[in-house]
Amino acid sequence: MERIDNVFYSYANKSSGLIDPEGIEALCSDLEVDHTDVRILMLAWKMKSEKQGYFTLEEWRRGLKALRADNVHKLKKALPELEKEVKRPTNFVDFYSYAFQYCLTGNEKEKQKSIDIESICQLLDLALGFQFRSQVDYFIDYLKIQSDYKVINLDQWMGFYRFCNEINFPGLSNYDPELAWPLILDNFVEWLREKQT
Amino acid sequence: MERKVIELDQGWDYMQKGITKLKRILEGSVEQFNSEEYMMLYTTIYNMCTQKPPHDYSQQLYDKYKDSFEEYISSTVLPAIREKHDEFMLRELVKRWGNHKLMVRWLSRFFHYLDRYFIARRSLPALNEVGLTCFRSLFFRQNFDTFCILIQIDKEREGEQIDKALLKNVLDIFVEIGMGQMDCYEQDFEAPMLEDTGVYYSHKASSWILDDSCPAYMLKSEECLKKERDRVAHYLHSSSEAKLVEKVQHELLVNFSTQLLEKENSGCRALLRDDKVDDLSRMYRLYHKIPKGLDPVATIFKQHITAEGMLLVQQAEDAASNQVILSFEFLFFDSQVLIRKVIELHDKYLAYVSDCFQNHTLFHKAMKEAFEIFCNKTVGGSPSAELLATFCDNILKKGGSEKLSDEAIEDILEKVVKLLAYISDKDLFAEFYRKKLARRLLFERSANEEHEKSILTKLKQQCGGQFTSKMEGMVTDLTLAKDNQNEFENYLSNNPNAHPGIDLSVNVLTTGFWPSYKSSDLNLPSEMVRGVQVFKEFYDTKSKHRKLTWIYSLGSCQLIGNFEAKKIEMVVSTYQAAILLLFNTSDRLSYSEIMTQSNLGHEDLVRLLHSLSCAKYKILIKEPISKTVSPNDIFEFNPKFTDRMRRIKIPLPVVDERKKVVEDVDKDRRYAIDAAIVRIMKSRKVLGHQQLVSECVEQLSRMFKPDIKAIKKRMEDLIARDYLERDKENANLFRYLA
Repeated sequence: MERIDNVFYSYANKSSGLIDPEGIEALCSDLEVDHTDVRILMLAWKMKSEKQGYFTLEEWRRGLKALRADNVHKLKKALPELEKEVKRPTNFVDFYSYAFQYCLTGNEKEKQKSIDIESICQLLDLALGFQFRSQVDYFIDYLKIQSDYKVINLDQWMGFYRFCNEINFPGLSNYDPELAWPLILDNFVEWLREKQT
Repeated sequence: MERKVIELDQGWDYMQKGITKLKRILEGSVEQFNSEEYMMLYTTIYNMCTQKPPHDYSQQLYDKYKDSFEEYISSTVLPAIREKHDEFMLRELVKRWGNHKLMVRWLSRFFHYLDRYFIARRSLPALNEVGLTCFRSLFFRQNFDTFCILIQIDKEREGEQIDKALLKNVLDIFVEIGMGQMDCYEQDFEAPMLEDTGVYYSHKASSWILDDSCPAYMLKSEECLKKERDRVAHYLHSSSEAKLVEKVQHELLVNFSTQLLEKENSGCRALLRDDKVDDLSRMYRLYHKIPKGLDPVATIFKQHITAEGMLLVQQAEDAASNQVILSFEFLFFDSQVLIRKVIELHDKYLAYVSDCFQNHTLFHKAMKEAFEIFCNKTVGGSPSAELLATFCDNILKKGGSEKLSDEAIEDILEKVVKLLAYISDKDLFAEFYRKKLARRLLFERSANEEHEKSILTKLKQQCGGQFTSKMEGMVTDLTLAKDNQNEFENYLSNNPNAHPGIDLSVNVLTTGFWPSYKSSDLNLPSEMVRGVQVFKEFYDTKSKHRKLTWIYSLGSCQLIGNFEAKKIEMVVSTYQAAILLLFNTSDRLSYSEIMTQSNLGHEDLVRLLHSLSCAKYKILIKEPISKTVSPNDIFEFNPKFTDRMRRIKIPLPVVDERKKVVEDVDKDRRYAIDAAIVRIMKSRKVLGHQQLVSECVEQLSRMFKPDIKAIKKRMEDLIARDYLERDKENANLFRYLA
């Protein structure tokens, strides 16, 4: 336990007592992982970290204990295993949902409920790119050119994941707009179908 | 004294003599039985049955009774019938049957004692029944009798005369022989008759359908059915009627239904096209008793009306797009024509439904669906709701339907309201109607108050109180406004100091009833400022808690222009007046100066200045002279202006309000959809997506047809506002969050 704490303090900001973005960057370089890599997000998930860009001591402890790592070297070795764990279908939904909420800004009083398009595009790429490359690419294209929505909410975010899992792509043969798909996906499919003709 | 026992042979011998005599009588002998003979025969039987065993011969006598018939029928009757043919055979049959009944009657009298005790004791058929059954079983083994009856029937169908009475008698045999049951008639005659009928008409139909036109075929069918009914009346049993008619209908009308109705130049479509009312009535009469027989007719009816309606719409659309729309009036004219034509179409086909189709619901439905299709098309950019509202406006305003009588107007209004039922965007109609009503009321352009009230009553009846409540409020406001104005004038006469120096009349409107108007920050001319102030003081004496918002854009003004030639009174809008009054202080003003001084926006200003300098009456001179107003123009008062009249009205073209109306209605719809969704979810708590959507559509259908996408959008919004949530397990299920 002490060792875990020690590692924490080696990256933490002295005044705030938290690992801040700078500290995370340092951690990333030690882990030999880019700080935009999805594995950092996975680590945050494992820690159940609440605020993007910051790790508290409690979160740190939670994560490293779960990964059975008490130093950076072990942590690095634990990453592939963590990746596998996240990618398991039962966990992935949770991770995917977490990814969205993690990126919401604002504090307790004024909790944001949606994320702007640009950030969503990045997040989609990060969280789903490896699994559903073509759907993600097309959807990102669409998000950029459409003007109905300036932000995306959690329901739409989760809807997209369901879309990737359930709908034939690029055939789209089993998509039914009469069902409860979020409207943005109805519009996305319309746009795709128009492109295909 | 002891009776002497009669032996069977002996007794039977005696009976046999009587039977033989009976046969002779049947064959035509003039002999008769007298009472004594009858008594003897009867008593012989009586004795033989009441003797003590072993001499009680009831059973044997019963059997011999039966044998007598069988013997006579086989040896005499059948051969007599069989040796003849056709009609002659039938006559013989009738005769022999008559004889047989006689024989049964007499023999059963002789043997009557058996009926009294023996048959009951042994549960055997009565003598009468035995007699008749014999005939039946021996005679009806063969079917050729039926065959020759059928030949007669077919001969009659081909137009030949036959002996109807004979056939009736023959068929009566079939009925009588059933002894209360119709089985003999039904099995031995009716079934083959129906089959034969089927074959006969199938054959006829196949050739008629090729050679005849639809009306001719229908006429023939109708006649055939009539003839068959007559046949039943003349000689068939009444129970055959329904089956016979059904058979004939099946062969003539059901089997060839499609070929008949769809006949190229004479089928249902052609009849509708050529207004062949009689033929269509016949079609209805023929098909309406056939289950689902009218369905294809109703379908064609619906298609026909839809096509006619779409043609009208297309004509109007072509007319609209071929013209460069210079003014609102062009489109207005065409929409007038279109609506009038649609009303005529409606009247025409309503008459069809009542005259040809006996007001059958299937045809009402077909008509309704057809109208719903083409009454919701947009013409020349105007939604049908707007066209209808414009049409109403034209009827109700001064100078609109000038030459029509009150009755005629009432009639048209009635019909217009009926058309509204077919329009799905009823809320859009209401909003357009309200806007135009407002203008009619405020600019005193309403032709007749009674008609205004009348149409509101009709609308209320059709669409409910909520639909018309605001409009009614508007009408009431105007009535109250008159009273209010009187009080204001009294106030002024009682307070001469308060007089603003101009004649001022004010209509105070209840905000909720009237369409929303943007109040602009017009710089009110000084001449009017005092007037507004005075009115406000007056109004405050009446009601303390109301806030007055002045809508100058709806006001009108009478100015006297001091022109060189003569003074002319000009009736203008308040805005126009505000601009003109600026020229009291400067003869020449630039566009931007006018803008600053009046504080009006570009859109309004261009329109206003155009009406004063580029239209019919050039009160102002525009530099440079051109047809449009631009921000660099300079305006000057035109002292040389004059006109034949002493009083002129300077019109301001109406701003196309369509965009705003559609926006307002869309906004209201969003609220309405929200409310409907919340209402539904609150009561159901959990509901599947499709069901929620369909219930929503149903609830709102009285006013408009909501777009599925719009409903989804509102649902999303409600989810974001935590009214609803999507179920975690089932993405198609939604839950109400209290």
